[in-house]
Amino acid sequence: MTADPSVPGADPRPAGAVLDAHLVVDRGTFRLDLPLTIGPGEVVALLGPNGAGKTTALRALAGLIPLTDGHLSIEGRHLDDPARRLWTPTEQRPIGVVFQDYLLFPHLTALDNIAFGPRRQGLDRHRARQRAADWLARVGLAEHARRKPRHLSGGQAQRVALARALAVEPALLLLDEPLAALDARTRLDTRAQLQHHLAGHCGATLLVTHDPIDAVVLADRLVIIENGQVVQEGDVATVTARPRTDYVARLVGLNLYRGHADGHRVLLTDGFHLVTGDQHAGDVFVAFAPSAVALHPGRPDGSPRNTWPATITGIQRHGDNLRVQLGGPVTVAADITPAAAAQLNLAPGRTLWAAVKAAETRVYPAAAAPADVAAEP
Amino acid sequence: MSPRDAVAARPDRPAPPPRPRRTGPVPVALLLPATLGLLFLVLPLAGLLIRTPWSTLPQRLTEPGVLTALRLSVQAATLATLLCLVLGVPLAWLLARVDFPGRRLVRALVTVPLVLPPVVGGVALLLVFGRRGIVGGWLDSTFGLTLPFTTTGVVLAEAFVAMPFLVIAVEGALRGADVRYEEAAATLGAGRWTTFTHVTLPLVAPGIAAGAVLCWARALGEFGATITFAGNFPGRTQTMPLAVYLALETDLEAAIVLSLVLLTVSVVILVSLRDRWLSSP
Repeated sequence: MTADPSVPGADPRPAGAVLDAHLVVDRGTFRLDLPLTIGPGEVVALLGPNGAGKTTALRALAGLIPLTDGHLSIEGRHLDDPARRLWTPTEQRPIGVVFQDYLLFPHLTALDNIAFGPRRQGLDRHRARQRAADWLARVGLAEHARRKPRHLSGGQAQRVALARALAVEPALLLLDEPLAALDARTRLDTRAQLQHHLAGHCGATLLVTHDPIDAVVLADRLVIIENGQVVQEGDVATVTARPRTDYVARLVGLNLYRGHADGHRVLLTDGFHLVTGDQHAGDVFVAFAPSAVALHPGRPDGSPRNTWPATITGIQRHGDNLRVQLGGPVTVAADITPAAAAQLNLAPGRTLWAAVKAAETRVYPAAAAPADVAAEP
Repeated sequence: MSPRDAVAARPDRPAPPPRPRRTGPVPVALLLPATLGLLFLVLPLAGLLIRTPWSTLPQRLTEPGVLTALRLSVQAATLATLLCLVLGVPLAWLLARVDFPGRRLVRALVTVPLVLPPVVGGVALLLVFGRRGIVGGWLDSTFGLTLPFTTTGVVLAEAFVAMPFLVIAVEGALRGADVRYEEAAATLGAGRWTTFTHVTLPLVAPGIAAGAVLCWARALGEFGATITFAGNFPGRTQTMPLAVYLALETDLEAAIVLSLVLLTVSVVILVSLRDRWLSSP
């Protein structure tokens, strides 16, 4: 997915951004402080653990909760600016929202749910229904027009909710965990359809999710927040290759360590040394995939430069493989095939040798690169 | 095996497990007053049924006096309920959705007629809407409109007493309704009024209906405020309860028949609302 087909090679933050906001919301001891810019046609995923402030950010954008500080403008129109006592009620914002549990009006048919927004925009009943029917057809539910929401399946309700949000032709589309309520199978289909519709949406899209797969499939750019603060921001490839916090590392499935590099050696904070392929100096992150970790019953000979004795603390299924959690001088996750697992006689508490080739590690500076992390608050 | 048993015995639909409950004999100290209490509530109603002149009931029911009182009662109670709906639903919305200073006080004020002796309500209405009352005097001199001792007065008296029932029921329904639907409506461009009419009202319609039925039943049985504010003129202000009271002194059987009609209405209302109010968990 590209940022916008009409702007080839667009900067990730184009000058004509649809959304230009700095959201500051105080809630007791919690403070959300989130600078956010989204360009036309761009899909940004806001990722974070529970309680990170994702939903707060979405509600602030929708005008369902007021900003404490900062500002918010959409398509150059200033909507929120507490310092200037400016606030725009939700119904006057050019937005569309798909809520987590859709919130389709239970007393209206699928068609009338979608026609609700266009009606409020001043279309007469006939033209509003026309537009609704059009959207219903686009999401492939033309034959369900007269059904009430309680007679729709989860995936159908999600598509109606999406059509309802898009039917007002919003400048900013907000999606709150749009696939969270679906079962695994429906999720796959619905995600593919959602991707199709988001590609056709020429406004900005903010996707709030805690599912990295949704984010990677649907978004052009990721913004990751923890405790109300941006911890990492960038395009999907950068974030997945170079995580900067444990949360992001877990999200993208990498082993991540922070340490001090001196040439090919990195001294980790807990006193362990890793030998790396690249040379670096100063504070760095070291990342490698669980599949790069080999396990041996005894001390291995040969090429791997990093070997250490490790104790199994847990074993889980991970796709077709097994993911083994290991304790020892460093905690690490290793992916091994079931065949290898059978040979190794895996069991929690058993001690093995872990090995990682220097060439499999990735080292990058810990100092915040401007492209990676948003401006300090 | 009856079809009912067959359904109950189906293996894929197991009956909910019985709740664990203390067993053993019920203490007499609880059982005795409980039984007496039940008898105390049921016996008078049974007495009414026993003394009912069933053989002459059809003639009695079609007597012009009875029909007139019944028609007036139904008309007045219905108009009072409509008045309560027009004024009470917005009031309930205000109490449930708008955070204004003194909201607790307003809610307390709304419930005052609920605990106020209806006669006192009638007196209060006379003082305000009477021909020499604050509002009544002005209405009389400006529009030539007289409220006390008229059918309109009956409607006002009934509405005054019955409105708290509606407001409380509707406020409860509004508080129970999911406000996120209203937020969804706002994101689709609906202002507060449109949200109220197009989303909130349909969502709480069952609660409003229940409140209206309760309100109507209260208005139908209203006595104290009505006789004080509107008097007791057959055909104009004499509603069923007033007719019962009057008949009691002259014609006991007529009083019984009228009472039976009111009892029937009460039971019908109770049955119509049973799912909502009587199905305890």
